[in-house]
Amino acid sequence: MTDTPLSRIRNFAIIAHIDHGKSTLADRLIQATGALTDREMTNQVLDNMDLERERGITIKAQTVRLAYPAQDGQTYTLNLMDTPGHVDFAYEVSRSLAACEGSLLVVDASQGVEAQTLANVYQAIDAGHEIVPVLNKVDLPAAEPERVRQQIEDVIGLDAADAVLISAKTGLNIEGVLEALVRRLPPPTGDAGAALTALLVDSWYDQYLGVVILVRIKDGRLKRGQRIRMMSSGAAHVVDQVGVFSPRMVPVDDLGPGEIGYITAAIKTVADCNVGDTLTDDRNPATTALPGFKPSVPVVWCGLYPTDSDDFEKLRDSLGKLRLNDASFHYEAETSAALGFGFRCGFLGLLHLEIIQERLSREFDLDLIATAPSVVYRVHRTNGTTEELHNPADMPDGSVIDHIDEPWIKATIMVPDEHLGAVLTLCNDRRGQQADLTYVGNRAMAVYRLPLNEVVFDFYDRLKSVSRGYASFDYQMDGYEPGELVRISIMVNGDPVDALSFIAHRSAAEARGRSICVKLKDLIPRQLFKIAVQAAIGGRVIARETIGALSKDVTAKCYGGDISRKRKLLEKQKEGKKRMRQFGKVEIPQSAFLAALKMDA
Amino acid sequence: MQLPLALYIHWPFCLAKCPYCDFNSHVRERIDQRRFAAALRRELEWEAERLGRRRLGSIFFGGGTPSLMAPETVAALIADATRLFVAPPDLEITLEANPTSVEAGRFAAFRHAGVNRVSLGVQSLDDAALRLLGREHSAAQALAALDIARRTFPRHSFDLIYARPGQDLAGWRAELRQALGIAADHLSLYQLTIEPGTGFAALHRRGAIILPDDDTGAALYDATAEEASRHGLDAYEVSNYARPGAESRHNLAYWRYADYAGIGPGAHGRVSIGNALLATRRHRAPEPWAERVERNGHGSTDEAPVSAQERGREMLLMGLRLTEGIDEDRFAARTGLSLDAAIDHDTLVRAQDAGYLLRGEGRLRATGEGRKRLDALLTALVL
Ligand SMILES: Nc1nc2c(ncn2[C@@H]2O[C@H](COP(=O)(O)OP(=O)(O)OP(=O)(O)O)[C@@H](O)[C@H]2O)c(=O)[nH]1
Ligand SMILES: C[S@@+](CC[C@H](N)C(=O)[O-])C[C@H]1O[C@@H](n2cnc3c(N)ncnc32)[C@H](O)[C@@H]1O
Ligand code: SF4
Ligand SMILES: [Mg+2]
Repeated sequence: MTDTPLSRIRNFAIIAHIDHGKSTLADRLIQATGALTDREMTNQVLDNMDLERERGITIKAQTVRLAYPAQDGQTYTLNLMDTPGHVDFAYEVSRSLAACEGSLLVVDASQGVEAQTLANVYQAIDAGHEIVPVLNKVDLPAAEPERVRQQIEDVIGLDAADAVLISAKTGLNIEGVLEALVRRLPPPTGDAGAALTALLVDSWYDQYLGVVILVRIKDGRLKRGQRIRMMSSGAAHVVDQVGVFSPRMVPVDDLGPGEIGYITAAIKTVADCNVGDTLTDDRNPATTALPGFKPSVPVVWCGLYPTDSDDFEKLRDSLGKLRLNDASFHYEAETSAALGFGFRCGFLGLLHLEIIQERLSREFDLDLIATAPSVVYRVHRTNGTTEELHNPADMPDGSVIDHIDEPWIKATIMVPDEHLGAVLTLCNDRRGQQADLTYVGNRAMAVYRLPLNEVVFDFYDRLKSVSRGYASFDYQMDGYEPGELVRISIMVNGDPVDALSFIAHRSAAEARGRSICVKLKDLIPRQLFKIAVQAAIGGRVIARETIGALSKDVTAKCYGGDISRKRKLLEKQKEGKKRMRQFGKVEIPQSAFLAALKMDA
Repeated sequence: MQLPLALYIHWPFCLAKCPYCDFNSHVRERIDQRRFAAALRRELEWEAERLGRRRLGSIFFGGGTPSLMAPETVAALIADATRLFVAPPDLEITLEANPTSVEAGRFAAFRHAGVNRVSLGVQSLDDAALRLLGREHSAAQALAALDIARRTFPRHSFDLIYARPGQDLAGWRAELRQALGIAADHLSLYQLTIEPGTGFAALHRRGAIILPDDDTGAALYDATAEEASRHGLDAYEVSNYARPGAESRHNLAYWRYADYAGIGPGAHGRVSIGNALLATRRHRAPEPWAERVERNGHGSTDEAPVSAQERGREMLLMGLRLTEGIDEDRFAARTGLSLDAAIDHDTLVRAQDAGYLLRGEGRLRATGEGRKRLDALLTALVL
């Protein structure tokens, strides 16, 4: 099954805006080619993480190899890559694109082109892909395939005359998609006789197999027993297993040019594997590595600390394993006065942050505290030096700061006309500057420049709510600019809690400081003694709230028989308290941290 | 001088199981009175043997419903105890009684057996509340039983449960005033607690029972102390109110962390034997307990010495329930630890500043505000 000639291989990614039906289309393709029987099928079968199934979104790109007997009488090997739609997982998309020659651009025929459609299709064009537009959900009464076809041509500038009209849900015209893949996408190129070069597309940690690597072969062959070398890390390993995804893992003898599959090689050192690296034959190495990937640049940082400080090493180990599976997230060790030893972690956005935290707790059974998310500021000191600031707690004293630059983004927002007003108001409230406003039919496309720090907290949620869910949003980084920024410190009983400090624009500082104090007042349960919560800028207190002492907490009956039970209870509570984080003698539950940090206007 | 021994005797049977109750109580179609009487006597004998003939301060028949015991059994146990230990002439002998007419009818016999104090489980003076609590008696029956108790026993007390679902401040004040009007010199006033595993716990989980919130609970508690003291009954413990001198001596022994022996199914004890303080416990289920006694002379399981640190914790958690607090010298003598070695200094200072604790004249005491938050205070204070 691995000696397929190049001319009968097609590698493609399915790309789209979130929820336009990529994973559902993948289901139908898997079914139509018989890779899974009806009994084995579930909805969005490739979304195999619990988190993906619970939230109904794809987080990780997934690969499947399909065999398709085409109308021309030949059987083709199709390697399908289903990608996530949410902007925070764009790195998954870009890596998948690098492993393929073509893309299916899925557009929901009832919604039309959305912000992420644009972002993803431009990436695919940059990757040199042949693109087949697919108009999905034509079964919906609101579907307007003709209008959307026109929109694709007008907005993207892509010829959509041959767009394939389908319903991934009902299975309508799946054959049309398969034929288009075979006829319209180019086969891969490569030389089986040349030295091995294989792109390391993805990797993950499997409890039984160790590190598993997803590769795309460019030249040469990759076999079981072969000694391979990672060109950038230099690490060499003997290949234990070579296989493909059917979507189950199925071992094969070898993989040739143009093919996509996995290998295992008893790799213990997680750090040896870097996505974008090139695998080659250790004895007959290639001279030049493949281009690899642009490293992802985190835009939001926050501290992650184990709730139980004994878990620090476990956290380090878990981060290493998780990073194998998500190269878009970054981490480095740091310490906090309030929280002890932990890691400063960088993410592509708040959803990404939330997902990583969830995965750490579910897949690695860790209980974590996250600090306030922050963007990366550039602090220019009066002595002429500049430093990047990932953590508000590290902000130097105001007297040595000349000025601070903050990152800006260029956001593209698509929204139906009737919600445009609310969206513009939101952008203006967040210090946005309108760069462009155009219409595509009754949908407006607003391009705004916004300070990233106004966006990372809850912009996405607010946008969804003011547009009743109809607005879509995408952004790119757009340079740094000086801003009037101040750090707000939060103090509990007079002790600053470094993990809660944050940086905001001066104009918003007081309001945010007040709102976080009010929130903490609601979130911190009343305790034995009353608690003062204050927000301060520099030495100036800008907001103060008092949490009264709890009013009553005493066992009504306690006689001779209750003593042992009561003592044991007391001992258990003391144990529990020991493991709780204390701030100025106050217990702040993890939930309070999370909720307090979710700012709203 | 060491405090005298307190003797607890448990009768594990009731006519019906109240839905809020997690005491070791069981409902039986028929109870073999003679068998349980014999087993209790035998176990008392066994315990007395190892304790030696020491001074006795009180006897308490608790339950379950000890007013369902045959009065002869009560008489025999009292006679045994006064023979096996050194009993003063004014030995306090309390029996818990339920105010149904059947039991009230036997009060004279209990008095005759030697009982000199009765504690009546009135629970409420409101019929609707009694139904909610699943009680077998009415308010009128309770009043009648109280009347007989007053005429029969030198001392009596009764229990009420408040902070019931839906109860408000005005309603409770009215009920409490009525109770104080007929009370003698002692009352136990408990806020309703949802105990795990009870009928109420299941209802509570489903939201079918909603207790007053903490602020309301605190207000009810304050009102209780205020009403009681207006009638001359002072809070001497978290839930107990008495005229000075009328406190339950038996229960004081628990809170002062004196020695107490526990006889009968599920009974606990803390008894000094040699230099050790032993935590004792009896098998809970009545019939297996009786079998063990018949076989071995006792139904004891899992006895273990209590360490110095554990003694310190226990004495703190009991002693701070009392208005009188803890005598620091007695604390050191009883636990082998100085008070300062048993508590967190920082919490002590903060709790004194907040008005929860008072220290002076050789005692550590919780104030009314401190007692109201005692569980939270203890978690922070106790080392
Ligand atoms: N009516 C209709 N619904 C569809 C069709 N295709 C997909 N859906 C529904 O659209 C929703 C999103 O589908 P998914 O396949 O999870 O979308 P996705 O593009 O993979 O989403 P992300 O991976 O989160 O970006 C699901 O509720 C699908 O059932 C279709 O052809 N018709
Ligand atoms: C050993 S119990 C019961 C004695 C006796 N069988 C009776 O029911 O009257 C002693 C007292 O504890 C109180 N009590 C029992 N369960 C309670 C609960 N869940 N909440 C509050 N008080 C309770 C009642 O007032 C009861 O009278
Ligand atoms: S409250 Fe009293 S009568 Fe009711 S079950 Fe408990 S012990 Fe028995
Ligand atoms: Mg998907």
